[in-house]
Amino acid sequence: MHLLYMIFIDPFVQMGTAPDLLVQTLWEGLVAGVLYALIALGFVLIFKASGVFNFAQGIMVVFAALTLVGLYAHGVPAFLALAMTIGVMFLLALAIERFVLRPLVNQPDIILFMATFGLTYILIGFGELIFGGDPKVMIADQLLLPNGSYTVKMFGGFVQMQKIDIAAAVIASVMVASLAVFFQKTRIGRALRAVADSHRAALSVGISLEYIWVIVWFASGIVALATGIMWGARSNVSFALEVIALKALPVLILGGFTSIPGAIIGGVIIGVGEKIGEFYWGPLFGSGIEEWFAYVIALVFLLFRPQGLFGERIIERI
Amino acid sequence: MFYREAGQYKTSYQADQALFPIRQDQVGIILILAAAFIAVPLMASDFVIDSVLIPVLIFSLAAIGLNLLTGYTGLLSLGTGGFMGVGAFACYKLATYFPGINIVVLVICSGFFSAAAGIVFGLPSLRIKGFYLAVATLASQFFLSWCFIRIPWLYNYNISASIEVPTRTLFGLPITGPTATPITRYIIVLTIVAVMTLLASNLIRGRIGRTWMAVRDMDIAAELIGIKLYPTKLLAFAVSSFYCGVAGAMLVFLWLGNAESESFSINQSFIILFMVIIGGLGSLLGSYFGAALIYGLPIVLRMIKGLLGLSITAANVEHINFITLGVLIIFFLIAEPNGLARLWQIGKQKLRVWPFPY
Repeated sequence: MHLLYMIFIDPFVQMGTAPDLLVQTLWEGLVAGVLYALIALGFVLIFKASGVFNFAQGIMVVFAALTLVGLYAHGVPAFLALAMTIGVMFLLALAIERFVLRPLVNQPDIILFMATFGLTYILIGFGELIFGGDPKVMIADQLLLPNGSYTVKMFGGFVQMQKIDIAAAVIASVMVASLAVFFQKTRIGRALRAVADSHRAALSVGISLEYIWVIVWFASGIVALATGIMWGARSNVSFALEVIALKALPVLILGGFTSIPGAIIGGVIIGVGEKIGEFYWGPLFGSGIEEWFAYVIALVFLLFRPQGLFGERIIERI
Repeated sequence: MFYREAGQYKTSYQADQALFPIRQDQVGIILILAAAFIAVPLMASDFVIDSVLIPVLIFSLAAIGLNLLTGYTGLLSLGTGGFMGVGAFACYKLATYFPGINIVVLVICSGFFSAAAGIVFGLPSLRIKGFYLAVATLASQFFLSWCFIRIPWLYNYNISASIEVPTRTLFGLPITGPTATPITRYIIVLTIVAVMTLLASNLIRGRIGRTWMAVRDMDIAAELIGIKLYPTKLLAFAVSSFYCGVAGAMLVFLWLGNAESESFSINQSFIILFMVIIGGLGSLLGSYFGAALIYGLPIVLRMIKGLLGLSITAANVEHINFITLGVLIIFFLIAEPNGLARLWQIGKQKLRVWPFPY
């Protein structure tokens, strides 16, 4: 009885009595969700265009952030370092297309999935070899990102909002909007959608798969860089960030592998759900439920919609 | 020429359906078993047995388990590490509560616990497919890892949160715990792995295996010819987790000696999946090849570094190992996406037609 009370009533009473805490938790969940969504966005871009479940997205985030910080540490001005990192991500996309995707064209999905694992190992080894494994501080100030926080009075309490979080939310929205425009309005975007629909049909109307793949991997490299900067500004840049890729997976299945808005909405649902769960129900189970709570949320949604909230309907034919 | 089945006549269905219908295979398997059971304990050093052969055998068993699920039934799972952990912790608790029962029996029994866990986490598999299912099985991995840390009952309220293996004997010889020699542990592991492989190969040749493969090839079609999807998939989850659980229990009791939740983390799941894919999906032999390759590669790389006498710091060696491993994985996938088992097939065909090209 007591347990039932603790599960079903007490958390809501807490929410009612301290609405400022609730808003604070919601806000933190929202921010975390936006960042998850950014990673999921990288996954979705690649999955849509090449059907590859890119496990290396998490390590690409770390790699991009490390390159940026490393270049800055070697005396390159911040914005030049940013441009150079974008260049590095482009080279990475070229290399991946040439040495991994092209030889593996037309292989089953699981083989490509495994290949991105190989890629993960390479990037981990390479990154540690060049930049070292110790955590580094993201050059947020030099990139003119705001720091400090706003404190908003609300419901007789305070809600604290980090400026960097607001910036992250804004950047994420801009990024999603520009990607949406890119996909819908430009020539390349149309080619990307064609490839996503059918590789063979796209090839037959003269779209170069190689070219498209370089572009999507490059685009998700840029998304990775943005994610890396934002996460790096909140904590440090280290290989521990790699695990955020695993955090993005429930977002992905919740939103659907093929939907960009799904990634965003899924991210927000997971982020908010996770923080609320950890804050209100966490003490009941002992802490650390954040690790799997997101998966449970995603699983529950999946049981009702097996293709995720916004995924393309799975049609099976004999 | 060397591998020719011409002239080996089968006069009964039984002979035709035997596990090894070809004489070369029969001789070969006897030779391999003889080498494994007799030659290796006599000749190999303790170091080789303890740090190469035992883990490769154990990982082979885990890979076979995952192969039954992913290779034969077509359900991608990333929860292997968690299921291995269930086996290990179940075995530990059983050993605590039933000190009188032989440890080998307990190792096998612990498989049933992970089979139960497998069934529970296999429940979503009817509705969820492909990568969605893979991510769903990650949920089991994270949940189980969390349990291994947060439920102190599982490790008997040990302060270090790890499980220590007690010394147990079989026929008066210690087979677990610090006093057991590598050779006795090797023999036990080898026996269990060999018997379970035999069981698995018979399972997949029979009705159950055929229904699994039908589900893998196209589940709707399988349903149409009268295969009940749900029991079939759940059975695959159960059997696969059983194998993984036994492998996990052996990993702790017959190899590591003590373990904590870290030994059954997500990385373990990924490594086992590597073994299955590099070895060959849907091949028991491939599971052995994959385990040997993935486990052996870092050791070989380390030895090569030692032989070349390169002066690199230990940390850098680790990083270069990572890069090499990644490159080799991609290389193997490109060279033979069907896995090492396929290479073995090609090799056999070459032997068959030699000296002619076809």
